[in-house]
Amino acid sequence: MKKIILFLPVCLVTFTAFDSVTVDKATMERGKRVYTQYCLACHQIDGGGVPGLNPPLEKTPHVLGSKTKLIQIILKGMNTHEEIDGEIYNNTMAPHNHLTDQQIADVLTYIRNSFGNKAVPITPGDVKYVRARTK
Amino acid sequence: MRKYFFTPLLLISAILINPKSDFSFELKGKTNLHVENAGLKLPAGFSASALADSVGRARHIVVTKKGALYIKLSKLVNGKGILYAKDTDADGKIDEIKSFGNYIGTGITIKDGYLYASSNDEVFRYALDENEELIKPDAPEKIISGLINGRQHNTKSLVLDDKGNIYVNVGSPSNSCQEIDRGVGSNGKDPCPILDSAGGIWQFSADKLNQSYKDGVRYATGLRNVMGLDWNYQINELFVIQHGRDQLDMFPEHFTAQQNAVIPAEEMFMIKKGVNCGWPYCYFDVQQNKKVLAPEYGGDGKKTTRCEGVEQPVVAFPAHAAPNALLFYTGNMFPGKYKNGAFVAFHGSWNRSPEKQEGFYVAFVPFKGGKPSGPWEIFADGFAGVETVMSPKQAMHRPCGLAQGPDGALYVSDDVKGTIYKIVYKNN
Repeated sequence: MKKIILFLPVCLVTFTAFDSVTVDKATMERGKRVYTQYCLACHQIDGGGVPGLNPPLEKTPHVLGSKTKLIQIILKGMNTHEEIDGEIYNNTMAPHNHLTDQQIADVLTYIRNSFGNKAVPITPGDVKYVRARTK
Repeated sequence: MRKYFFTPLLLISAILINPKSDFSFELKGKTNLHVENAGLKLPAGFSASALADSVGRARHIVVTKKGALYIKLSKLVNGKGILYAKDTDADGKIDEIKSFGNYIGTGITIKDGYLYASSNDEVFRYALDENEELIKPDAPEKIISGLINGRQHNTKSLVLDDKGNIYVNVGSPSNSCQEIDRGVGSNGKDPCPILDSAGGIWQFSADKLNQSYKDGVRYATGLRNVMGLDWNYQINELFVIQHGRDQLDMFPEHFTAQQNAVIPAEEMFMIKKGVNCGWPYCYFDVQQNKKVLAPEYGGDGKKTTRCEGVEQPVVAFPAHAAPNALLFYTGNMFPGKYKNGAFVAFHGSWNRSPEKQEGFYVAFVPFKGGKPSGPWEIFADGFAGVETVMSPKQAMHRPCGLAQGPDGALYVSDDVKGTIYKIVYKNN
Protein backbone atom coordinates (compact mmCIF):
# COMPACT_ATOMS: atom_id res chain seq x y z
CA MET A 1 0.00 0.00 0.00
CA LYS A 2 2.80 2.35 0.97
CA LYS A 3 4.46 1.61 -2.32
CA ILE A 4 1.37 2.54 -4.25
CA ILE A 5 0.95 5.85 -2.45
CA LEU A 6 4.56 6.75 -3.18
CA PHE A 7 4.20 5.68 -6.75
CA LEU A 8 1.14 7.82 -7.50
CA PRO A 9 2.75 11.29 -7.26
CA VAL A 10 5.62 10.09 -9.42
CA CYS A 11 3.08 9.00 -11.97
CA LEU A 12 1.35 12.38 -11.93
CA VAL A 13 4.59 14.29 -12.36
CA THR A 14 5.59 12.12 -15.27
CA PHE A 15 2.15 12.50 -16.75
CA THR A 16 2.42 16.30 -16.72
CA ALA A 17 6.02 16.46 -17.80
CA PHE A 18 5.37 14.42 -20.91
CA ASP A 19 2.42 16.59 -21.73
CA SER A 20 0.27 13.67 -22.70
CA VAL A 21 -2.87 15.35 -21.50
CA THR A 22 -6.17 13.57 -21.69
CA VAL A 23 -9.35 15.44 -20.92
CA ASP A 24 -12.62 13.66 -20.45
CA LYS A 25 -15.07 13.87 -23.29
CA ALA A 26 -17.86 15.43 -21.25
CA THR A 27 -15.67 18.39 -20.23
CA MET A 28 -14.65 18.96 -23.84
CA GLU A 29 -18.26 18.87 -24.97
CA ARG A 30 -19.37 21.33 -22.29
CA GLY A 31 -16.39 23.55 -23.10
CA LYS A 32 -17.24 23.52 -26.78
CA ARG A 33 -20.78 24.66 -26.02
CA VAL A 34 -19.50 27.63 -24.00
CA TYR A 35 -16.95 28.41 -26.73
CA THR A 36 -19.62 28.34 -29.44
CA GLN A 37 -21.88 30.69 -27.51
CA TYR A 38 -19.40 33.25 -26.17
CA CYS A 39 -16.05 32.94 -27.96
CA LEU A 40 -16.44 31.61 -31.47
CA ALA A 41 -17.73 34.82 -33.07
CA CYS A 42 -14.42 36.58 -32.45
CA HIS A 43 -11.88 33.77 -32.09
CA GLN A 44 -13.43 31.78 -34.97
CA ILE A 45 -14.34 28.15 -35.47
CA ASP A 46 -10.69 27.14 -35.92
CA GLY A 47 -9.34 29.28 -33.05
CA GLY A 48 -7.47 31.25 -35.69
CA GLY A 49 -8.77 34.65 -34.57
CA VAL A 50 -8.99 37.57 -36.98
CA PRO A 51 -5.76 39.19 -38.21
CA GLY A 52 -5.38 42.65 -36.72
CA LEU A 53 -8.57 42.35 -34.63
CA ASN A 54 -9.01 39.26 -32.48
CA PRO A 55 -6.04 37.19 -31.30
CA PRO A 56 -5.66 33.54 -32.28
CA LEU A 57 -5.86 30.84 -29.61
CA GLU A 58 -3.53 28.44 -31.38
CA LYS A 59 -0.37 27.75 -29.42
CA THR A 60 -0.10 31.22 -27.94
CA PRO A 61 1.60 31.75 -24.58
CA HIS A 62 -1.64 33.26 -23.24
CA VAL A 63 -3.53 30.02 -23.79
CA LEU A 64 -0.81 27.50 -22.96
CA GLY A 65 0.96 29.45 -20.21
CA SER A 66 -0.11 30.61 -16.76
CA LYS A 67 -3.52 29.32 -15.70
CA THR A 68 -4.03 32.36 -13.48
CA LYS A 69 -3.42 34.86 -16.27
CA LEU A 70 -5.68 32.95 -18.63
CA ILE A 71 -8.51 32.80 -16.07
CA GLN A 72 -8.06 36.53 -15.47
CA ILE A 73 -8.48 37.27 -19.18
CA ILE A 74 -11.93 35.65 -19.01
CA LEU A 75 -12.85 37.45 -15.78
CA LYS A 76 -11.50 40.90 -16.64
CA GLY A 77 -11.53 40.91 -20.43
CA MET A 78 -8.54 42.13 -22.44
CA ASN A 79 -7.78 45.53 -23.82
CA THR A 80 -4.00 45.64 -23.66
CA HIS A 81 -3.32 45.41 -27.39
CA GLU A 82 0.01 43.75 -26.69
CA GLU A 83 1.91 42.06 -29.46
CA ILE A 84 1.31 38.35 -29.88
CA ASP A 85 3.89 36.71 -32.14
CA GLY A 86 4.61 40.03 -33.84
CA GLU A 87 0.97 40.98 -34.44
CA ILE A 88 -1.17 43.55 -32.67
CA TYR A 89 -4.89 42.90 -32.18
CA ASN A 90 -7.13 45.94 -31.86
CA ASN A 91 -10.54 44.67 -30.77
CA THR A 92 -11.69 44.82 -27.17
CA MET A 93 -12.61 41.68 -25.26
CA ALA A 94 -15.31 42.38 -22.67
CA PRO A 95 -15.10 40.77 -19.21
CA HIS A 96 -16.90 37.42 -19.09
CA ASN A 97 -17.22 37.23 -15.30
CA HIS A 98 -20.90 36.33 -15.67
CA LEU A 99 -19.82 32.80 -16.61
CA THR A 100 -19.80 30.27 -13.75
CA ASP A 101 -16.59 28.69 -12.40
CA GLN A 102 -17.62 25.48 -14.12
CA GLN A 103 -18.23 27.20 -17.49
CA ILE A 104 -14.89 29.02 -17.36
CA ALA A 105 -13.05 25.85 -16.38
CA ASP A 106 -14.75 23.92 -19.17
CA VAL A 107 -14.11 26.49 -21.91
CA LEU A 108 -10.48 27.07 -20.92
CA THR A 109 -9.85 23.33 -20.74
CA TYR A 110 -11.47 23.09 -24.16
CA ILE A 111 -9.31 25.78 -25.80
CA ARG A 112 -6.18 24.42 -24.10
CA ASN A 113 -6.90 21.10 -25.79
CA SER A 114 -8.24 22.18 -29.19
CA PHE A 115 -6.77 23.90 -32.28
CA GLY A 116 -3.54 21.91 -31.91
CA ASN A 117 -3.14 22.89 -28.24
CA LYS A 118 -2.33 20.51 -25.44
CA ALA A 119 -2.16 21.69 -21.85
CA VAL A 120 -3.35 20.54 -18.46
CA PRO A 121 -7.03 21.12 -17.68
CA ILE A 122 -8.30 24.00 -15.60
CA THR A 123 -10.65 23.06 -12.77
CA PRO A 124 -13.61 24.96 -11.30
CA GLY A 125 -11.47 25.12 -8.14
CA ASP A 126 -8.72 26.95 -10.06
CA VAL A 127 -11.28 29.48 -11.31
CA LYS A 128 -12.84 29.92 -7.86
CA TYR A 129 -9.40 30.59 -6.36
CA VAL A 130 -8.47 33.18 -9.01
CA ARG A 131 -11.91 34.81 -9.00
CA ALA A 132 -11.70 35.35 -5.23
CA ARG A 133 -8.39 37.16 -5.70
CA THR A 134 -9.31 39.16 -8.81
CA LYS A 135 -10.83 42.60 -8.54
CA MET B 1 19.87 26.77 -39.82
CA ARG B 2 22.27 27.57 -42.64
CA LYS B 3 19.39 28.89 -44.73
CA TYR B 4 18.48 31.48 -42.06
CA PHE B 5 22.09 32.46 -41.61
CA PHE B 6 22.41 33.46 -45.24
CA THR B 7 19.13 35.36 -45.56
CA PRO B 8 20.47 38.66 -44.09
CA LEU B 9 23.54 38.43 -46.32
CA LEU B 10 21.35 38.00 -49.38
CA LEU B 11 19.23 40.97 -48.42
CA ILE B 12 22.25 43.17 -47.82
CA SER B 13 23.79 42.23 -51.14
CA ALA B 14 20.48 42.84 -52.90
CA ILE B 15 20.42 46.36 -51.48
CA LEU B 16 24.03 46.98 -52.48
CA ILE B 17 23.51 45.65 -55.98
CA ASN B 18 20.38 47.70 -56.56
CA PRO B 19 21.22 51.31 -55.77
CA LYS B 20 17.86 52.55 -57.09
CA SER B 21 15.97 51.01 -54.18
CA ASP B 22 16.00 52.12 -50.59
CA PHE B 23 15.51 48.50 -49.74
CA SER B 24 15.03 45.35 -51.69
CA PHE B 25 11.83 43.46 -52.20
CA GLU B 26 11.88 39.91 -53.32
CA LEU B 27 9.12 39.71 -55.93
CA LYS B 28 8.68 35.98 -55.65
CA GLY B 29 5.72 35.28 -57.84
CA LYS B 30 4.96 32.10 -55.99
CA THR B 31 1.26 32.66 -55.40
CA ASN B 32 -0.24 34.77 -58.09
CA LEU B 33 2.10 36.47 -60.46
CA HIS B 34 1.96 33.80 -63.12
CA VAL B 35 -1.55 32.49 -62.60
CA GLU B 36 -4.17 33.47 -65.18
CA ASN B 37 -5.77 36.78 -64.17
CA ALA B 38 -3.69 36.60 -60.99
CA GLY B 39 -6.28 34.19 -59.65
CA LEU B 40 -9.21 36.62 -60.03
CA LYS B 41 -12.61 36.01 -61.61
CA LEU B 42 -13.69 38.96 -63.76
CA PRO B 43 -16.45 39.89 -66.20
CA ALA B 44 -15.87 39.02 -69.89
CA GLY B 45 -13.29 41.23 -71.59
CA PHE B 46 -11.42 42.06 -68.39
CA SER B 47 -8.09 40.64 -67.33
CA ALA B 48 -5.90 41.05 -64.28
CA SER B 49 -2.24 40.72 -63.41
CA ALA B 50 -0.23 41.01 -60.22
CA LEU B 51 2.36 43.79 -60.37
CA ALA B 52 3.93 42.61 -57.13
CA ASP B 53 3.02 40.01 -54.54
CA SER B 54 4.85 40.75 -51.32
CA VAL B 55 5.10 44.47 -50.67
CA GLY B 56 3.77 44.33 -47.08
CA ARG B 57 0.42 45.24 -45.53
CA ALA B 58 -0.78 47.32 -48.46
CA ARG B 59 -3.75 49.45 -47.41
CA HIS B 60 -4.91 52.38 -49.54
CA ILE B 61 -3.09 53.13 -52.78
CA VAL B 62 -2.94 55.91 -55.35
CA VAL B 63 -1.55 55.90 -58.89
CA THR B 64 0.40 58.87 -60.27
CA LYS B 65 -0.15 60.40 -63.69
CA LYS B 66 2.98 58.50 -64.80
CA GLY B 67 1.55 55.17 -63.62
CA ALA B 68 3.66 54.75 -60.46
CA LEU B 69 2.06 53.79 -57.15
CA TYR B 70 2.13 55.17 -53.65
CA ILE B 71 1.18 52.41 -51.20
CA LYS B 72 0.32 53.06 -47.54
CA LEU B 73 1.32 50.26 -45.17
CA SER B 74 -0.29 49.29 -41.86
CA LYS B 75 2.93 47.68 -40.67
CA LEU B 76 6.36 49.24 -41.12
CA VAL B 77 8.79 47.57 -43.48
CA ASN B 78 12.39 48.44 -42.64
CA GLY B 79 11.06 51.29 -40.52
CA LYS B 80 9.02 52.87 -43.31
CA GLY B 81 5.27 53.10 -43.85
CA ILE B 82 4.84 54.36 -47.44
CA LEU B 83 6.14 52.80 -50.64
CA TYR B 84 6.73 54.45 -54.00
CA ALA B 85 6.62 51.63 -56.52
CA LYS B 86 7.41 51.72 -60.23
CA ASP B 87 7.53 49.41 -63.18
CA THR B 88 10.53 51.03 -64.88
CA ASP B 89 10.84 48.63 -67.83
CA ALA B 90 7.09 48.38 -68.48
CA ASP B 91 7.02 44.58 -68.26
CA GLY B 92 3.99 44.58 -65.96
CA LYS B 93 5.98 43.96 -62.78
CA ILE B 94 7.07 46.45 -60.15
CA ASP B 95 10.85 46.54 -60.23
CA GLU B 96 11.77 49.60 -58.21
CA ILE B 97 10.51 50.45 -54.74
CA LYS B 98 11.50 53.35 -52.56
CA SER B 99 10.15 53.88 -49.09
CA PHE B 100 9.61 56.81 -46.75
CA GLY B 101 7.42 57.96 -43.85
CA ASN B 102 8.07 56.39 -40.43
CA TYR B 103 4.40 55.85 -39.55
CA ILE B 104 1.83 53.16 -40.15
CA GLY B 105 -1.65 54.00 -41.45
CA THR B 106 -4.21 53.52 -44.19
CA GLY B 107 -5.16 56.79 -45.92
CA ILE B 108 -3.30 58.07 -48.98
CA THR B 109 -4.31 60.23 -51.94
CA ILE B 110 -3.00 62.76 -54.45
CA LYS B 111 -4.56 66.14 -55.16
CA ASP B 112 -3.27 69.21 -56.97
CA GLY B 113 0.46 68.65 -56.59
CA TYR B 114 0.47 67.10 -53.13
CA LEU B 115 0.51 63.59 -51.75
CA TYR B 116 -1.64 63.30 -48.60
CA ALA B 117 -1.06 60.42 -46.17
CA SER B 118 -2.34 59.63 -42.69
CA SER B 119 -1.05 57.88 -39.62
CA ASN B 120 -3.73 56.74 -37.19
CA ASP B 121 -4.00 60.21 -35.61
CA GLU B 122 -2.35 62.68 -38.01
CA VAL B 123 -2.44 63.78 -41.64
CA PHE B 124 0.68 64.82 -43.57
CA ARG B 125 1.25 66.18 -47.04
CA TYR B 126 4.25 66.02 -49.34
CA ALA B 127 4.88 68.38 -52.27
CA LEU B 128 5.13 66.61 -55.64
CA ASP B 129 6.99 67.60 -58.79
CA GLU B 130 5.51 67.62 -62.31
CA ASN B 131 5.87 63.81 -62.48
CA GLU B 132 4.14 63.45 -59.12
CA GLU B 133 7.38 62.33 -57.51
CA LEU B 134 8.32 63.48 -54.03
CA ILE B 135 10.42 66.61 -53.72
CA LYS B 136 11.33 66.11 -50.05
CA PRO B 137 10.29 62.65 -48.88
CA ASP B 138 11.68 63.24 -45.40
CA ALA B 139 10.10 66.66 -44.83
CA PRO B 140 6.31 66.39 -44.96
CA GLU B 141 4.05 69.15 -43.68
CA LYS B 142 1.84 68.07 -40.80
CA ILE B 143 -1.59 69.48 -41.55
CA ILE B 144 -3.73 67.73 -38.90
CA SER B 145 -2.88 66.11 -35.58
CA GLY B 146 -4.53 64.91 -32.38
CA LEU B 147 -7.32 62.86 -33.98
CA ILE B 148 -8.75 60.13 -31.77
CA ASN B 149 -6.89 56.86 -32.09
CA GLY B 150 -8.85 54.34 -30.08
CA ARG B 151 -7.23 51.32 -31.71
CA GLN B 152 -10.59 49.98 -32.91
CA HIS B 153 -11.53 51.75 -36.15
CA ASN B 154 -8.47 53.95 -35.98
CA THR B 155 -7.67 54.32 -39.66
CA LYS B 156 -7.92 57.83 -41.10
CA SER B 157 -9.13 57.59 -44.68
CA LEU B 158 -8.83 60.74 -46.78
CA VAL B 159 -10.35 62.47 -49.75
CA LEU B 160 -10.29 66.06 -51.05
CA ASP B 161 -12.77 68.18 -52.96
CA ASP B 162 -12.04 70.88 -55.53
CA LYS B 163 -12.35 73.71 -53.04
CA GLY B 164 -9.27 73.06 -50.93
CA ASN B 165 -10.97 70.91 -48.29
CA ILE B 166 -9.81 67.57 -47.00
CA TYR B 167 -12.27 65.06 -45.49
CA VAL B 168 -10.99 62.68 -42.82
CA ASN B 169 -12.77 59.76 -41.22
CA VAL B 170 -12.53 59.49 -37.44
CA GLY B 171 -13.94 56.08 -36.53
CA SER B 172 -15.61 55.27 -33.23
CA PRO B 173 -13.38 53.43 -30.77
CA SER B 174 -16.13 50.90 -29.99
CA ASN B 175 -18.73 48.69 -31.59
CA SER B 176 -21.88 50.38 -30.37
CA CYS B 177 -20.96 52.88 -27.61
CA GLN B 178 -21.88 50.45 -24.82
CA GLU B 179 -21.06 50.96 -21.13
CA ILE B 180 -18.89 47.85 -21.54
CA ASP B 181 -17.68 47.65 -25.13
CA ARG B 182 -18.76 44.36 -26.70
CA GLY B 183 -20.21 43.22 -23.37
CA VAL B 184 -23.18 40.87 -23.40
CA GLY B 185 -26.34 42.86 -22.65
CA SER B 186 -24.46 46.08 -21.85
CA ASN B 187 -26.55 49.19 -22.57
CA GLY B 188 -25.45 52.06 -24.77
CA LYS B 189 -24.18 55.30 -23.25
CA ASP B 190 -26.93 57.85 -23.84
CA PRO B 191 -26.10 60.24 -25.34
CA CYS B 192 -23.04 58.59 -26.82
CA PRO B 193 -20.25 60.93 -25.61
CA ILE B 194 -17.69 60.06 -28.26
CA LEU B 195 -19.67 61.65 -31.08
CA ASP B 196 -18.11 65.07 -30.43
CA SER B 197 -14.72 63.81 -31.59
CA ALA B 198 -15.27 60.48 -33.39
CA GLY B 199 -17.90 58.48 -35.26
CA GLY B 200 -18.00 60.89 -38.19
CA ILE B 201 -16.25 62.71 -41.01
CA TRP B 202 -14.28 65.87 -40.27
CA GLN B 203 -13.52 68.58 -42.81
CA PHE B 204 -10.26 70.55 -42.63
CA SER B 205 -8.34 72.91 -44.90
CA ALA B 206 -5.97 71.04 -47.17
CA ASP B 207 -3.28 73.71 -47.02
CA LYS B 208 -3.26 74.85 -43.39
CA LEU B 209 -0.59 73.44 -41.10
CA ASN B 210 -1.01 72.05 -37.59
CA GLN B 211 -4.80 71.89 -37.46
CA SER B 212 -6.64 70.06 -34.70
CA TYR B 213 -10.32 69.45 -33.96
CA LYS B 214 -10.95 73.14 -33.20
CA ASP B 215 -9.88 74.08 -36.75
CA GLY B 216 -12.08 71.46 -38.39
CA VAL B 217 -15.80 70.97 -38.93
CA ARG B 218 -17.73 67.83 -38.04
CA TYR B 219 -19.04 67.38 -41.57
CA ALA B 220 -21.12 64.24 -40.84
CA THR B 221 -21.90 62.26 -37.69
CA GLY B 222 -23.39 58.92 -36.70
CA LEU B 223 -20.88 56.96 -38.77
CA ARG B 224 -19.39 54.05 -36.83
CA ASN B 225 -16.35 53.68 -39.05
CA VAL B 226 -15.69 54.69 -42.63
CA MET B 227 -12.74 53.36 -44.56
CA GLY B 228 -14.04 53.86 -48.09
CA LEU B 229 -14.81 57.40 -49.11
CA ASP B 230 -14.56 59.28 -52.40
CA TRP B 231 -15.58 62.56 -53.91
CA ASN B 232 -18.15 62.31 -56.70
CA TYR B 233 -17.18 65.02 -59.19
CA GLN B 234 -20.30 64.51 -61.28
CA ILE B 235 -22.47 66.02 -58.58
CA ASN B 236 -19.77 67.43 -56.27
CA GLU B 237 -20.74 65.44 -53.21
CA LEU B 238 -18.93 63.22 -50.73
CA PHE B 239 -19.81 59.52 -50.64
CA VAL B 240 -18.80 57.13 -47.88
CA ILE B 241 -19.32 53.50 -46.94
CA GLN B 242 -19.75 52.61 -43.30
CA HIS B 243 -18.52 49.49 -41.57
CA GLY B 244 -21.81 48.57 -39.90
CA ARG B 245 -22.17 47.30 -36.39
CA ASP B 246 -21.14 43.85 -35.11
CA GLN B 247 -22.59 41.43 -32.59
CA LEU B 248 -26.35 42.06 -32.44
CA ASP B 249 -26.43 38.72 -30.65
CA MET B 250 -24.91 40.32 -27.55
CA PHE B 251 -28.64 40.70 -26.91
CA PRO B 252 -29.68 37.04 -27.19
CA GLU B 253 -33.24 37.79 -26.08
CA HIS B 254 -33.74 39.56 -29.44
CA PHE B 255 -31.16 38.18 -31.86
CA THR B 256 -29.59 34.83 -32.70
CA ALA B 257 -26.05 34.53 -34.04
CA GLN B 258 -27.59 33.65 -37.40
CA GLN B 259 -29.63 36.89 -37.42
CA ASN B 260 -26.55 38.89 -36.49
CA ALA B 261 -24.75 37.28 -39.41
CA VAL B 262 -27.11 38.69 -42.02
CA ILE B 263 -29.08 41.67 -40.71
CA PRO B 264 -26.96 44.82 -40.08
CA ALA B 265 -26.02 46.28 -43.47
CA GLU B 266 -22.84 47.89 -44.68
CA GLU B 267 -24.30 51.22 -45.84
CA MET B 268 -23.20 53.59 -48.60
CA PHE B 269 -24.23 57.20 -48.00
CA MET B 270 -24.19 60.42 -49.93
CA ILE B 271 -22.98 62.91 -47.37
CA LYS B 272 -24.25 66.45 -47.32
CA LYS B 273 -22.80 68.72 -44.68
CA GLY B 274 -24.39 68.15 -41.28
CA VAL B 275 -26.05 64.77 -41.89
CA ASN B 276 -26.52 62.19 -39.14
CA CYS B 277 -26.26 58.59 -40.30
CA GLY B 278 -27.58 57.10 -37.08
CA TRP B 279 -24.80 55.22 -35.26
CA PRO B 280 -24.91 54.08 -32.46
CA TYR B 281 -28.66 54.46 -32.00
CA CYS B 282 -29.79 52.96 -35.31
CA TYR B 283 -28.61 50.42 -37.83
CA PHE B 284 -29.98 49.43 -41.23
CA ASP B 285 -31.73 46.05 -41.36
CA VAL B 286 -31.22 44.54 -44.83
CA GLN B 287 -34.21 42.22 -44.45
CA GLN B 288 -36.72 44.89 -43.41
CA ASN B 289 -34.98 47.43 -45.65
CA LYS B 290 -35.11 50.18 -43.03
CA LYS B 291 -33.32 51.74 -40.08
CA VAL B 292 -34.19 50.20 -36.71
CA LEU B 293 -33.32 51.01 -33.11
CA ALA B 294 -30.18 49.32 -31.76
CA PRO B 295 -30.63 46.85 -28.89
CA GLU B 296 -28.18 48.85 -26.75
CA TYR B 297 -30.80 51.63 -26.79
CA GLY B 298 -33.88 49.52 -26.19
CA GLY B 299 -34.35 48.11 -29.68
CA ASP B 300 -35.86 44.69 -30.23
CA GLY B 301 -35.22 44.33 -33.95
CA LYS B 302 -38.54 46.05 -34.82
CA LYS B 303 -38.74 49.42 -33.03
CA THR B 304 -37.79 52.40 -35.14
CA THR B 305 -37.93 55.17 -32.53
CA ARG B 306 -35.00 57.59 -32.75
CA CYS B 307 -34.43 56.54 -36.37
CA GLU B 308 -36.84 58.86 -38.14
CA GLY B 309 -34.97 61.63 -39.93
CA VAL B 310 -31.74 59.66 -39.86
CA GLU B 311 -29.87 59.62 -43.18
CA GLN B 312 -30.84 56.67 -45.38
CA PRO B 313 -28.24 54.68 -47.29
CA VAL B 314 -28.12 54.90 -51.09
CA VAL B 315 -26.98 51.26 -51.18
CA ALA B 316 -27.18 48.55 -48.49
CA PHE B 317 -24.56 45.80 -48.82
CA PRO B 318 -24.38 42.42 -47.02
CA ALA B 319 -23.70 42.52 -43.29
CA HIS B 320 -20.12 42.60 -42.01
CA ALA B 321 -18.50 42.40 -45.48
CA ALA B 322 -16.11 45.24 -44.52
CA PRO B 323 -16.00 47.89 -47.27
CA ASN B 324 -12.42 49.14 -47.08
CA ALA B 325 -12.30 51.36 -50.17
CA LEU B 326 -14.63 53.30 -52.48
CA LEU B 327 -13.71 54.63 -55.91
CA PHE B 328 -15.81 56.43 -58.49
CA TYR B 329 -14.56 55.32 -61.89
CA THR B 330 -13.93 58.23 -64.21
CA GLY B 331 -11.64 56.52 -66.72
CA ASN B 332 -12.22 55.67 -70.37
CA MET B 333 -10.75 52.18 -70.54
CA PHE B 334 -13.74 50.26 -69.14
CA PRO B 335 -17.08 49.90 -71.01
CA GLY B 336 -19.61 52.73 -70.69
CA LYS B 337 -21.64 51.12 -67.92
CA TYR B 338 -18.73 51.60 -65.53
CA LYS B 339 -18.28 55.32 -66.15
CA ASN B 340 -18.99 57.31 -62.98
CA GLY B 341 -20.03 54.15 -61.17
CA ALA B 342 -18.65 53.06 -57.81
CA PHE B 343 -16.16 50.28 -57.11
CA VAL B 344 -16.07 49.01 -53.55
CA ALA B 345 -13.32 46.81 -52.10
CA PHE B 346 -14.76 44.42 -49.52
CA HIS B 347 -12.05 43.22 -47.17
CA GLY B 348 -14.26 40.33 -45.98
CA SER B 349 -16.13 39.63 -42.78
CA TRP B 350 -15.31 37.95 -39.48
CA ASN B 351 -18.61 38.28 -37.59
CA ARG B 352 -20.87 35.97 -39.60
CA SER B 353 -20.61 32.67 -37.78
CA PRO B 354 -22.45 30.28 -38.13
CA GLU B 355 -22.72 31.41 -41.78
CA LYS B 356 -19.70 31.43 -44.09
CA GLN B 357 -17.76 34.69 -44.17
CA GLU B 358 -18.77 37.26 -46.79
CA GLY B 359 -16.84 39.74 -48.92
CA PHE B 360 -13.27 39.27 -50.19
CA TYR B 361 -14.31 40.79 -53.52
CA VAL B 362 -14.51 44.10 -55.38
CA ALA B 363 -18.12 45.11 -56.07
CA PHE B 364 -19.51 47.56 -58.60
CA VAL B 365 -22.53 49.86 -58.36
CA PRO B 366 -23.69 51.57 -61.58
CA PHE B 367 -24.47 55.29 -61.13
CA LYS B 368 -26.37 57.81 -63.23
CA GLY B 369 -26.43 61.47 -62.32
CA GLY B 370 -24.89 60.77 -58.91
CA LYS B 371 -27.45 58.10 -57.97
CA PRO B 372 -27.22 54.31 -58.09
CA SER B 373 -28.93 53.25 -61.31
CA GLY B 374 -29.10 49.49 -60.78
CA PRO B 375 -28.30 46.70 -58.35
CA TRP B 376 -24.74 46.21 -57.17
CA GLU B 377 -22.78 43.25 -58.49
CA ILE B 378 -19.55 41.44 -57.79
CA PHE B 379 -16.91 42.73 -60.20
CA ALA B 380 -13.71 40.96 -59.15
CA ASP B 381 -13.81 37.81 -57.03
CA GLY B 382 -11.39 35.08 -56.07
CA PHE B 383 -9.02 37.09 -53.86
CA ALA B 384 -9.47 34.61 -51.01
CA GLY B 385 -8.12 31.77 -53.14
CA VAL B 386 -10.57 29.32 -51.56
CA GLU B 387 -14.21 28.65 -52.39
CA THR B 388 -15.55 29.14 -48.86
CA VAL B 389 -14.04 31.21 -46.07
CA MET B 390 -15.27 30.14 -42.64
CA SER B 391 -12.46 31.81 -40.67
CA PRO B 392 -10.86 35.01 -42.06
CA LYS B 393 -7.38 33.55 -41.73
CA GLN B 394 -8.24 31.16 -44.56
CA ALA B 395 -8.34 34.05 -47.05
CA MET B 396 -5.03 34.19 -48.91
CA HIS B 397 -5.62 37.76 -50.12
CA ARG B 398 -8.05 40.46 -48.97
CA PRO B 399 -8.82 43.52 -51.10
CA CYS B 400 -8.21 46.75 -49.20
CA GLY B 401 -7.36 49.68 -51.46
CA LEU B 402 -8.51 50.88 -54.90
CA ALA B 403 -6.98 53.30 -57.38
CA GLN B 404 -7.48 54.33 -60.97
CA GLY B 405 -4.51 54.57 -63.32
CA PRO B 406 -3.99 57.31 -65.91
CA ASP B 407 -4.91 54.78 -68.62
CA GLY B 408 -8.17 53.92 -66.82
CA ALA B 409 -6.96 50.61 -65.35
CA LEU B 410 -8.20 49.67 -61.86
CA TYR B 411 -5.61 48.84 -59.20
CA VAL B 412 -6.43 46.78 -56.10
CA SER B 413 -4.19 46.25 -53.07
CA ASP B 414 -4.17 43.22 -50.77
CA ASP B 415 -3.06 43.62 -47.16
CA VAL B 416 -2.50 39.95 -46.36
CA LYS B 417 0.34 39.08 -48.70
CA GLY B 418 0.92 42.49 -50.22
CA THR B 419 -0.22 41.77 -53.75
CA ILE B 420 -0.92 44.71 -56.08
CA TYR B 421 -3.41 43.80 -58.81
CA LYS B 422 -4.01 45.69 -62.03
CA ILE B 423 -7.32 45.07 -63.82
CA VAL B 424 -7.66 46.11 -67.47
CA TYR B 425 -10.28 45.86 -70.18
CA LYS B 426 -9.40 44.78 -73.68
CA ASN B 427 -11.87 45.67 -76.36
CA ASN B 428 -11.63 42.80 -78.82
